Amino acid sequence: MRLNNERVMNLKTRFPLLISNQNLVYLDNASTTQKPQEVIDIIKKYYERFNANVNRGVYNLSQESTILFEKSRKITAKFINAKPEETIFTKGTTESLNFLSYTIDSIIEKGKDEIIISPLEHHSNLIPWQQLAKRNNMKLLYMPLKKDLTLDLKEAKKLFSEKTALVSISHISNTLGTIQPIEKIIKFAKKVGAYTIIDAAQSAPRKKIDVKKLDCDFLAFSGHKMMGPTGIGVLYGKEELLKKLRPFQFGGGMIDSVELKNSTWTTLPEKFEAGTPDIAGAIGLAKAVSFIQDIEVENIVEWEEKLTEMAIREMKKIPHVIIYGKNNIGIISFNVDGVHPHDVASIMNDNDIAIRGGHHCAIPLMKEMEVSGTCRISFYLYNTLFDVRKFIETLKEVVQIFKNGN
Amino acid sequence: MGIEKEKIAEEVKMYREMYKEHILDLYKNPSNYGELADFTHHFRSYNSLCGDDFKIWVDVKDNKIKDVSFTGSGCAISTAASSMVSDKIIGMNIWDVSRMNQEDVLELLHIPVSSGRMKCAVLFLKSVQENVLKDDN
Repeated sequence: MRLNNERVMNLKTRFPLLISNQNLVYLDNASTTQKPQEVIDIIKKYYERFNANVNRGVYNLSQESTILFEKSRKITAKFINAKPEETIFTKGTTESLNFLSYTIDSIIEKGKDEIIISPLEHHSNLIPWQQLAKRNNMKLLYMPLKKDLTLDLKEAKKLFSEKTALVSISHISNTLGTIQPIEKIIKFAKKVGAYTIIDAAQSAPRKKIDVKKLDCDFLAFSGHKMMGPTGIGVLYGKEELLKKLRPFQFGGGMIDSVELKNSTWTTLPEKFEAGTPDIAGAIGLAKAVSFIQDIEVENIVEWEEKLTEMAIREMKKIPHVIIYGKNNIGIISFNVDGVHPHDVASIMNDNDIAIRGGHHCAIPLMKEMEVSGTCRISFYLYNTLFDVRKFIETLKEVVQIFKNGN
Repeated sequence: MGIEKEKIAEEVKMYREMYKEHILDLYKNPSNYGELADFTHHFRSYNSLCGDDFKIWVDVKDNKIKDVSFTGSGCAISTAASSMVSDKIIGMNIWDVSRMNQEDVLELLHIPVSSGRMKCAVLFLKSVQENVLKDDN
């Protein structure tokens, strides 16, 4: 279904929070998205009718719960063209990336001691690698940025060598909305036999993901940024690598045999899901995936592009407004020259517009940009043309207040 | 819920006024802005949440704050609060400064501050208390 303003207004009626807050213009979707009625309903229904632990009981209820949980895994796996065994449920992108940073040393060959990331990364795709480097005496290298804040591929390529253990990079920057050339980065890494890790937190909600086509080794995303509940996300890994990878957490549900001094692990994906998983969360996430598939992800991109283009076009007409980055999709980072982002966000809030102001969990990038923070708006499939207009009008008001005297 | 919403609406209305009045003046022209030539304490005051980043100079003599100044940048609330609190504490006994709290800052600001921005309001006072008093007790 191709989206237009009328269809989007119709879609919006399926989101209870947006209906009960009619005046709210929600432009912080890169942070988290609102939830459709279907997602809320299925979580409620699960607890009312199917709640029992998975993979444990022989009684019917436990079996039903297990079937629902595994069906959710299948739907989620298919969404990124992975096998269910390769789709591990986690708390979200942050846990997925931390998980890898604590286990990947078990499959890194000797002599490979360099980690490559970019300065565009969210703290969750930066600090885990920085700390892994510290723990294991490895070297952390940053692919440089060009003046326009896109990756300098020519220079980046030079960083890859036989010493490269892994490269971890976001598909879309959470701060700037830049689409990163991950296909090329993956190629660089393959040539030197380095593992490739993709942070898809911002791309899974708005871009078709095909892990087979990308040929990445690992990929992480969160449910709550794509209309699913909070507390559920995914770590995808290639089957042959997951088989070799050391478990991250130990406990119930992940063992094969346990003796007093030794244990062995069960098969994929349970090997990596110690403890009772977020069953309701997984079922909610699968519902959100179905919601996206009904609309088709290509149509979401197309609509977000339209909103982004319109917003940037209008913002460029307002004096003192600085827009950062290039190739933005759905996310725009900006400042009003000389005005603190939190002051802009406060005035937006006065007009019922929710935007983000601050460092967006990307302090190294802020340093590179020589700002203490930026304002950020981010769209999703329920944002209308009216939302953009109201934002633009309020932005003009901000400039009026701060720049044209009292 | 109803009362809460009304209260929030009221706060929102007052917020708008604030940007147009004294806060904005102080944001554009903060008082005590600059470096002190003579000082006993010099430290950085930083709020990692929003990036308010100030350098503060304090000159203490006989347990009295003789002079205070600051440089750096922050949002309108933190900059205005730094101006007002610095004006207020010049000439005060350091023990009286140590007893100042959030309420005192809000009284100076004269505007409602939402919980999300309270850190900006008290940043300057807290930094002075932490850095000046820890050395002089």
